[in-house]
Amino acid sequence: MALDLVRDAGDRIDDSPLAIRGLTVSYGEKPAVFSVDVSFPAGQMTAIIGPNGAGKSTLLKAALGILRPLSGRVTAFGRPLAEMRARIAYVPQRASVDWEFPARVIDVVMMGLYRDLGLLGRVRPDHRARAMESLERVGMEGFATRQIGQLSGGQQQRVFLARALAQAADLYLLDEPFAGVDAATERAIVGVLKSLKAEGKTVVAVHHDLMTAPDYFDRALLLNTSVIAEGPVAEVMTEANLRTAYGGRLGPATAATAG
Amino acid sequence: MLWEALGLGLGYNATLVTLGAAMLGFAAGATGVFLYLARRALVSDAIGHATLPGVVLGFMVMVALGGEGRFLPGLMLGAAVSAGLGLWVISWITTHTRLSEDAAIGTVLSVFYGIGVVLLTLVQVMQAGKQAGLETFLLGATAGMLRAEALIIAGGGALVLALVFALRRPMTIAAFDPVYAAGQGIGLRAVDLAMMGLALGITVIGLKVVGAVLIVALLIIPPVAARLWTERVDRVVLLAGLFGGVAGYLGAAVSATAPDLPTGPLIVLSGFALFVLSLLLAPARGVLAAALRHRRFQRRVHLRQGLLALAGDQPIYEPLTLRLMRRAGLVRGDGVATARGHAQAARARLDERRWQMLRSLPEFEAAAARHDGLSPLDEVLTPDQIAALDRRLGPDGVA
Repeated sequence: MALDLVRDAGDRIDDSPLAIRGLTVSYGEKPAVFSVDVSFPAGQMTAIIGPNGAGKSTLLKAALGILRPLSGRVTAFGRPLAEMRARIAYVPQRASVDWEFPARVIDVVMMGLYRDLGLLGRVRPDHRARAMESLERVGMEGFATRQIGQLSGGQQQRVFLARALAQAADLYLLDEPFAGVDAATERAIVGVLKSLKAEGKTVVAVHHDLMTAPDYFDRALLLNTSVIAEGPVAEVMTEANLRTAYGGRLGPATAATAG
Repeated sequence: MLWEALGLGLGYNATLVTLGAAMLGFAAGATGVFLYLARRALVSDAIGHATLPGVVLGFMVMVALGGEGRFLPGLMLGAAVSAGLGLWVISWITTHTRLSEDAAIGTVLSVFYGIGVVLLTLVQVMQAGKQAGLETFLLGATAGMLRAEALIIAGGGALVLALVFALRRPMTIAAFDPVYAAGQGIGLRAVDLAMMGLALGITVIGLKVVGAVLIVALLIIPPVAARLWTERVDRVVLLAGLFGGVAGYLGAAVSATAPDLPTGPLIVLSGFALFVLSLLLAPARGVLAAALRHRRFQRRVHLRQGLLALAGDQPIYEPLTLRLMRRAGLVRGDGVATARGHAQAARARLDERRWQMLRSLPEFEAAAARHDGLSPLDEVLTPDQIAALDRRLGPDGVA
């Protein structure tokens, strides 16, 4: 019996836009994410679902190299993460931001062009045009010169999505994009995500609403520190799987609808 | 004398020193913006105080080697080493113990400064007379500064400014949204290290002019004053640079008018004057502008409420409302509405209905965000848009 330790000659796992192998992230000595293996298929929309504290955001942050994992490997498009950063756009939770910051909406969207501009690159008219187009896609073009702190929570979230769109990436990672936003914003964001999918882009979002997950996403990764299930959304969100992940925390109504 | 100094008429050296101080001030203001935005401004106070032991030790080493103890580059090197050590201790305490950064800053600041003062006293006892002028590194002095020293300060300021320009994008993104910055592959530790390095550079360059104790003011006051004028980070940087430059220029020029005027406090006071002016006068966030805006808004609210009450045949109780409406010719002295009052009341009611409808429709979101309950809709929407709204409202202005 041979134990195949070396999967490949190099760092290559597979060609998927985001492939994670054996990922464990720990705060202190309590693992928040334990031994996760997953490959997100190209051109699909995947929801990462699971109860509070299941490690959903942590998984995303570790995949992006924001948190240093205890063990595990991450590749993007079959290459090391560092080489593929320009092709990965990230929409973090709104909580991480200083809203008193002296920046207008358009300035925030222009931050999405950093990987293009670098330290000293000149901002050209086509850069500005790209930023304005991104704002139009999320329906915020009328807000370009507002100070970012003057917007409502939902509007801020759409500006963050516009910042990611300006990057013109192939993989979009979103951390709870629908948390605390109004219905109009939720519709706008879902519309943009579906249009990204139509363009052949890959979307992975941390999602907390089990009711809407089957409508919005093709696939799901059910997480509770380790992976409970992964695959097409209907196959993952079975009553049995959800009970395993959520235990008694799952209301009967949700279980019935989702199951 | 003062006018000659301000007009750079006090000779070549004094002019060079004044321009050097202006350059230093410009660089300090621009650098300080990023410290302020990243909420790391107080670290620069620790850096400033932590330079003192290095300055004195640098002096002692140079004298022991038989050299000129007051050679500025040597003192600057000593200052940089001890301030760097102070920074490292702060970072070690914050990452390896449960103490918070403010505790670490307080500890390092006072201990390093204490060591510096003890060393300074030792030097003064041991080598009376020879050390003359070392204590000017506490509060800064430009009197008798050499031409080469002024050039070092101006050149160093220009170098720091160039580095700030080169690093402005990652520093801005990291200060605004550190999680996003990390996701973009911007190393947060590297950015912080660069920022601290720039602050250290400013401190060391500014030692001779502003002094170890007050350098923090040149890094903090100009950004805070500039922030009052604008909501754009690039303009905050430019303005903070200008304010810092003006403060450096004024302080150095004034201190050149009399022999024993310490330069640092004069620069800080000049900066503070700019801050007070900004606080009072800035149109965006100034106190005066805010008070005026509030008063105007209050009056418009009262008028509007009065008109809506008129339209609804309700009595008006507020004396201010009545007074404003009388003054505008909307009601007569006895409180009965004039024809103009009735006309405006009807308009106000229609506007109110239109606003209500508009705010319930997602396609008018951009306009709805401008809702203040007061602006006439024809200032916000085009006639076409108003017509579209009115079609939804129905013939009588009723939804």
